Amino acid sequence: MEISVTVNGATHTSDVEPRTLLVHYVREHLGLTGTNVGCDTSSCGACSLHLDGEAVKSCTVLAVQADGTEITTIEGMAAADGTLHPMQQAFMENHGLQCGYCTPGMVMAATSLLQENPSPTEEDIRLGLEGNLCRCTGYHNIVQAVMACAAAPTA
Amino acid sequence: MIPAAFDYVRAGSAEEAVSLIAEHGEDAKFLAGGHSLLPLMKLRLAQPTVLIDIGRVNDLSYVRDGGDHVAIGALTRHMDVETSDVLREHAPLLAHAASHVGDPQVRHRGTIGGSIAHADPASDLPAATLALGATYVVQGPNGTREIAAADFYEGFLTTSMAADEMLTEIRVPKMGGAGWGFQKFNRRAQDWAIVGVAAWRRNGDAGVALVNMGSVPILASSVASALAGGASIDDAAEQAAAEADPQADLNASVEYRIHLAKVLTRRALEAASG
Amino acid sequence: MTTTDATTATAPGVIGQRLLRREDPALLTGEAKFTNDMHVPGALHLAVLRSPYAHARITKVDVSAALQVPGVRAAYSGADLADLWAAPMPCAWPVTDDMKNPPHHPLATDKVCYVGDGVACVLADSDTAAHDALEAIDVEYEALEAVTDLEDALSDRVLVHEDLGTNTSYTWALKVEESEGAVDRAFAEAAHTVSERYVQQRLIPMAMEPRAVLSMPQPFGGDVTLYSATQVPHILKVMTAITLGIGEHQVRVVAPSVGGGFGSKLNVYAEELLCVALSRKHGVPVRWNETRSENTMATIHGRGQIQHIELAADDNGKLTGIRVRLIGDMGAYLQLVTPGIPLLGAFLYAGVYDLPKAYDFECTSVFTTMTPTDAYRGAGRPEATYAIERAMDALAGEVGVDPLELRRRNFIPTESYPYEAFSGLTYDSANHDGAATMAAEMLGYDELRARQAEQNVDGASKRIGIGVSSYFEMCGLAPSRVLASLNYGAGGWEAATVRVLPTSKVQVVTGSTPHGQGHETSWSMIAAEKLGIAPEDIDVLHSDTAVSPLGLDTYGSRSLPVGGVAVAMACDKVIDKAKQIAAHQLEASPDDLEFAGGAFTVKGSPDRTMPLAAIAFEAFTAHDLPDGLEPNLEAQVTYDPPNFSWPFGTHMCAVEVDVDTGEIEILKYVAIDDCGVQVNPLIVDGQVHGGVVQGIAQALYEEAVYDTDGNLTTSTLAEYLVPAASDVPPITTGHTVTPSPTNQLGVKGVGEAGTIGAAPAVINAVVDALSGLGVRDVPMPASPLNVWNAINHAQEAPK
Repeated sequence: MEISVTVNGATHTSDVEPRTLLVHYVREHLGLTGTNVGCDTSSCGACSLHLDGEAVKSCTVLAVQADGTEITTIEGMAAADGTLHPMQQAFMENHGLQCGYCTPGMVMAATSLLQENPSPTEEDIRLGLEGNLCRCTGYHNIVQAVMACAAAPTA
Repeated sequence: MIPAAFDYVRAGSAEEAVSLIAEHGEDAKFLAGGHSLLPLMKLRLAQPTVLIDIGRVNDLSYVRDGGDHVAIGALTRHMDVETSDVLREHAPLLAHAASHVGDPQVRHRGTIGGSIAHADPASDLPAATLALGATYVVQGPNGTREIAAADFYEGFLTTSMAADEMLTEIRVPKMGGAGWGFQKFNRRAQDWAIVGVAAWRRNGDAGVALVNMGSVPILASSVASALAGGASIDDAAEQAAAEADPQADLNASVEYRIHLAKVLTRRALEAASG
Repeated sequence: MTTTDATTATAPGVIGQRLLRREDPALLTGEAKFTNDMHVPGALHLAVLRSPYAHARITKVDVSAALQVPGVRAAYSGADLADLWAAPMPCAWPVTDDMKNPPHHPLATDKVCYVGDGVACVLADSDTAAHDALEAIDVEYEALEAVTDLEDALSDRVLVHEDLGTNTSYTWALKVEESEGAVDRAFAEAAHTVSERYVQQRLIPMAMEPRAVLSMPQPFGGDVTLYSATQVPHILKVMTAITLGIGEHQVRVVAPSVGGGFGSKLNVYAEELLCVALSRKHGVPVRWNETRSENTMATIHGRGQIQHIELAADDNGKLTGIRVRLIGDMGAYLQLVTPGIPLLGAFLYAGVYDLPKAYDFECTSVFTTMTPTDAYRGAGRPEATYAIERAMDALAGEVGVDPLELRRRNFIPTESYPYEAFSGLTYDSANHDGAATMAAEMLGYDELRARQAEQNVDGASKRIGIGVSSYFEMCGLAPSRVLASLNYGAGGWEAATVRVLPTSKVQVVTGSTPHGQGHETSWSMIAAEKLGIAPEDIDVLHSDTAVSPLGLDTYGSRSLPVGGVAVAMACDKVIDKAKQIAAHQLEASPDDLEFAGGAFTVKGSPDRTMPLAAIAFEAFTAHDLPDGLEPNLEAQVTYDPPNFSWPFGTHMCAVEVDVDTGEIEILKYVAIDDCGVQVNPLIVDGQVHGGVVQGIAQALYEEAVYDTDGNLTTSTLAEYLVPAASDVPPITTGHTVTPSPTNQLGVKGVGEAGTIGAAPAVINAVVDALSGLGVRDVPMPASPLNVWNAINHAQEAPK
């Protein structure tokens, strides 16, 4: 089936099998391998990306369901000149990542969280990231990173 | 994990969806947000041959003030139920319960209709709407009909909807300032409830429903009757499991579930009375 | 007590700074390539059909229908591939000479011994086609009884491997007595004894990146490059060569970005061998991506022990003897270091306490019909620490003193370091009381005890508990001679090369293989400190056996105290060589030169100076070198540590338990860890945070649960409860700094400390909260159900 999606600002028209998951579409058809797969049960959030501006788990969306939507993946977060997105910068400055496998999903979930709640408490952040698992950081510095990003003056 | 192959068709309206399901027969399934069905398909525990995507039936995504009730389109996402001003005013119990479904990413995709039609007894919204005395509107080949929530859940993942019917609207009576409580007990925030309780109270009336206390969402009528008869919250809560038929699993024995149902019912009623 | 500033140990310089990680930009932008991210046109996809039975004879495998599935290129049963294996899959740690080790091949042929055991495989053009084809393979089984209970396994009622005649793989003992009968006398004469039984539940490591493999054969000559999500490319290279009968010089192993390991990628797995063997057989690249549901069954599990510990003490509660009996769960087969895991804890059941020579440890390990166990973060040491720290709380109750006070009475005194332990091992340095005091202050121990006395009254619905856990981590694995005494099949050294390029940029080549620990950042800091060159001018090369041919990889918190020290030593060697060139150029005696700030200067003549940059260029042109000196500025060191390193610390946890539901809330968690000198405190804290949460996860959330038929009922992340941010508390960290005297950096290692300290701190707190209700133990994980059951059983028990 033919679908047309805008990913990180570029429009792609592709022929996909209906059973193709959105995460496999962006990874294998578009070569955007920053979005990772960590589970089979929509539990881990490693595959989180933005669909029409909101974080979703792309392992639980069919590519055909995303037809006509606008998608942002981790590759679309930094500026064209390589300047990191404020959330990426906050993760770096607060050591919010170690192995980095959950990180793209975590960054996408965290930015979506701040869009919906620009001034979250620590509790709000912890609950807002309930759908993203990390095995390395113990979350402490991830939460610090999101708090720092929320507190930073917006340009 | 990749689902087994299937054919995909997209419905533009509820009428079209109903006619497509009639055409494709019993191996066809409706796909709304996909957050109940796709995980099962990825593990190949479900292998429908046709998916009828109703996710683009945009005119079924709404929350409207219906006078004595609030009408919610079946394709309204959990996030929109959670943040709806109309619901927060007139059915805050439901808006709050929606905020406990899954995680934010799931709430961005999953729909109230999908959750209710899937009829998982461990799911939050079937019980919450049951407690509130909701009515579900379903559309079939011969038009629409209404089913009371209390008559909807027939068995594990089965409902009184016919195979060629589709849930289109949930009607929740306005709570009219009733006190309410929602208790969800789980080990991780993102998980299904081990036991959950949705409760409201107004004057002598009350409604209590239980999550994950049997093969269907359970209406705890004995609790409401006890309260109506003047019982204290503590005494009424002791009746919490009277209608339940809980099973044991990794997280709870039968005895523990019954105990939890009583404790959580008490806490929900205390919140509703506070 | 305040945190010592780590920079004072090697002041002033780079070491001790909270430098941001150079690894991060690639990982944060999706640029980093994990094995599964590599695009390889023409690669075939491998999928493995796994046994749905825990224990069964295979009576038929028919792959013919799979070959009819579109896109399928080949399908094989175990028997079809039997000729490809030159040797069984390796177990490198035969802990006793008579250890039983059944042959284990990448695919089973006659019998399956756990759910997930591979029985057949498919090669196809896509992952989708390969998985579709698995459903077409016809396998018939004759089911046998499963064995999932360790004590049942010990009885030999059902044999997992009939040919062995027993389920017992080995019994290993460590008995140390001042004189014969010392342990029995200690118990006979003790004023107080406790006898406790604990269960270390099976855990699933759950690195966020499932395993992935890509094997690329060269078109001519038989060479092969194996990309794998592994912690151990060097070990994997040797073992792949041996198992497949390929010359070791023909195998190159690369670990690209690796998404966490925690011990689970410290192994040689069937799928790695299948990909290499089949890529050579078919002459095309072959890749395999593990799904999470496969990962929970086909990647090793951790823990899995029944522990029986007895303590004897005098009337002050001072320890006089310890007796330990373990049953270890090996699972169905012995993987790379499976049998050695209990031994890594065998020396630590006396914890941080001064014990006379009255120690009696024995471990019997058994086969079961479950996924093989192996190293999981801490590997033997969390188990030992849990047992002694839980038993110390039981002893405190027996003696009638505060648990912290009992520990203080038993701590090895600071002044006795270096301390020769009962076992003959020498503990390098520690200040246990210092760490405990700091932890108590940061937790507010006394205030919490007062609040507890107020709150935990009869009928209280919420009760407060405080848990203490003091630990030693035996790490820096390891002196090779010690490993030899334990029958380990390899050494414990690590290699490093430091190369100053002609333009004065530096390459550091290390045999340590990172998978999240930030080696590139830390190693560049060590070299920068030593050479006086900015960290950003130093590149760190690793994880590719063609680039870094010598190495023993990353596990057991060994990277810094072994691999990092090797980097420092290689820098010293480079400086020594540079000094000869500088002396030659400056026409001075080498003894008159001093090296500081990246330059050699003649003592007393500050104008007679030569920077390393200039020396490197001289070494490169080789136009004017001292006679006999080889060109280029490069040195290699292989460092075999003379001793383990001994990080230590005290963790404290305060919990509130909801007596009505059994729910536990962690009110505060304080971790005081002393890992010696900290190269990068930012990274140290990160390691502690993550380790602590894995320990909390064992204490409260996680368990690999098998039913009596041997099915894993927690086979996805929906049932196996890895906690999220919403489910764990913030972690308060603090540090004391007691440098290790064993190595020049004074470092000890920190990778596993958090995990080792955390589980006993949490469970001690939970039991402390409920002790007024008669609860003496809560099994891990302390789920609400287990807590509720413990309360009920205590209430029903006769008083």
